[in-house]
Amino acid sequence: MADPGGEREVRLVVNGVERVAAAEPRLLLSDFLRHRLGLTGTHVGCEHGVCGACTVLLDGEPVRSCLVFAVQAEGAELRTVEGLAGEDGELGPVQRAFHEAHGMQCGFCTPGFLISLTALLEERPGASEEELVDALSGNLCRCTGYANILAAARAARDQAAERA
Amino acid sequence: MKPASFDYHAPATLAEALELLGDDAVESRVLAGGQSLVPMMNFRLAVPEALVDLRRIEELRYLRTGADGALEVGARTTQAELLRDPAVAAGWPLLHAGVTHVGHPQVRSRGTVCGSLAHHDPHGELPALALALGATITVAGPDGRRRIAAEDFFVSFYEVALESGEMVVEARFPAPPAGSGWSFREIARRHGDFALVGVACLVAPAETRLVVFGAAERPLLLADPGEVAAAVRPLDDLHASAEYRRQVAVQLAGEALAEARERAGG
Ligand SMILES: Cc1cc2nc3c(=O)[nH]c(=O)nc-3n(C[C@@H](O)[C@H](O)[C@H](O)COP(=O)(O)OP(=O)(O)OC[C@H]3O[C@@H](n4cnc5c(N)ncnc54)[C@H](O)[C@@H]3O)c2cc1C
Ligand code: FES
Ligand code: FES
Repeated sequence: MADPGGEREVRLVVNGVERVAAAEPRLLLSDFLRHRLGLTGTHVGCEHGVCGACTVLLDGEPVRSCLVFAVQAEGAELRTVEGLAGEDGELGPVQRAFHEAHGMQCGFCTPGFLISLTALLEERPGASEEELVDALSGNLCRCTGYANILAAARAARDQAAERA
Repeated sequence: MKPASFDYHAPATLAEALELLGDDAVESRVLAGGQSLVPMMNFRLAVPEALVDLRRIEELRYLRTGADGALEVGARTTQAELLRDPAVAAGWPLLHAGVTHVGHPQVRSRGTVCGSLAHHDPHGELPALALALGATITVAGPDGRRRIAAEDFFVSFYEVALESGEMVVEARFPAPPAGSGWSFREIARRHGDFALVGVACLVAPAETRLVVFGAAERPLLLADPGEVAAAVRPLDDLHASAEYRRQVAVQLAGEALAEARERAGG
């Protein structure tokens, strides 16, 4: 009999590129991205859904990649922080706002904030202050005290609203 | 912080899922949104032999109004899908308001309505909302389907009236009667955290349904705020003392009833 918990192939699209790699059912999507696909921009903090560092876009929705098994993402379309910059490596608009407003210190939490904010602004480019806070409330930062993160988020929102 | 090894199934139909769950030789569990189960597996508080993922079962993915006007929520419907539906916000404002307190957008994008009911954290919003709205939970198993009233579904901490081999397929929330009013209040450390204590209240012309949650081993259905102090059985824990929870429950119940009455128009 085949090993019931053994590896199987997982095929998915990450940042527009089709990828295939093996995963045991118990392999978390966060570890699959980091260790199987070498995409280490997605960070792992708590591994139980609380900190938001591992947030990615799965079929357009922000999710905790530490609470999804890689096998569940079979056939899915993922976006990670590596997919936010342009092809030439130029920062995307949300990344630029964080850079300009100094919305980070150590940067550990930053990929999660960038993805959560990207998800919100793609759905609601003119998001209200309340919506900004709600969208980011599931991401923890132990350095900044959040003031500069919110300043960056407002700047990104204002630019998104202008483009919309 | 990594789960133990397990087998994984993603059947395409409910019939196949029930067959897998009915196999007594393997200890399987339903995987819905994974927002409670995966943390428990990462901590190895749960070590199932196999998971039956609902993600491919299209027949369980619906949110619709039934013939009798009740809101029918299939087992694959996420909390985010419920919040996005304008018909829910207009027709079931108590449900909509309560679900905005469940975790964060990144959690509601995967967490399901039925998964939260099946999980039955007594601090969770959805069991309390189901009780306040007089919901029924439809379960399916080897012997077919049955409907369980919310009053009988939540048994104790993380325990519900599901038999072995059964799973939740649908939650039905009756339309609140014309002329009813509602209120939802909770105290949590931060928005999106589990409530220390909360209250969901529906005032209809014929009855008042006041539900206190986070104050006992299951949500409690009461008719009057005067009953709260004696009915609650709160716990002391890291987050708050039992006495604090009792006082807050009494206070919130009074406020919620007043607000629900005001919304009902008298
Ligand atoms: C950071 C964070 C914050 C949270 N905050 C809150 C909060 O404030 N309030 C709150 O109420 N919850 C909160 N939750 C938990 C909530 O998000 C979960 O969605 C919910 O409790 C479970 O739903 P699920 O679909 O994710 O179920 P899963 O995690 O997949 O399953 C949970 C349990 O229910 C069983 N189950 C699931 N579906 C079925 C079914 N159809 N039939 C039979 N059994 C089933 C599973 O086998 C498992 O035992 C939080 C979670 C996280 C990670
Ligand atoms: S690592 Fe996933 S939420 Fe913390
Ligand atoms: S910048 Fe260090 S955790 Fe946020």
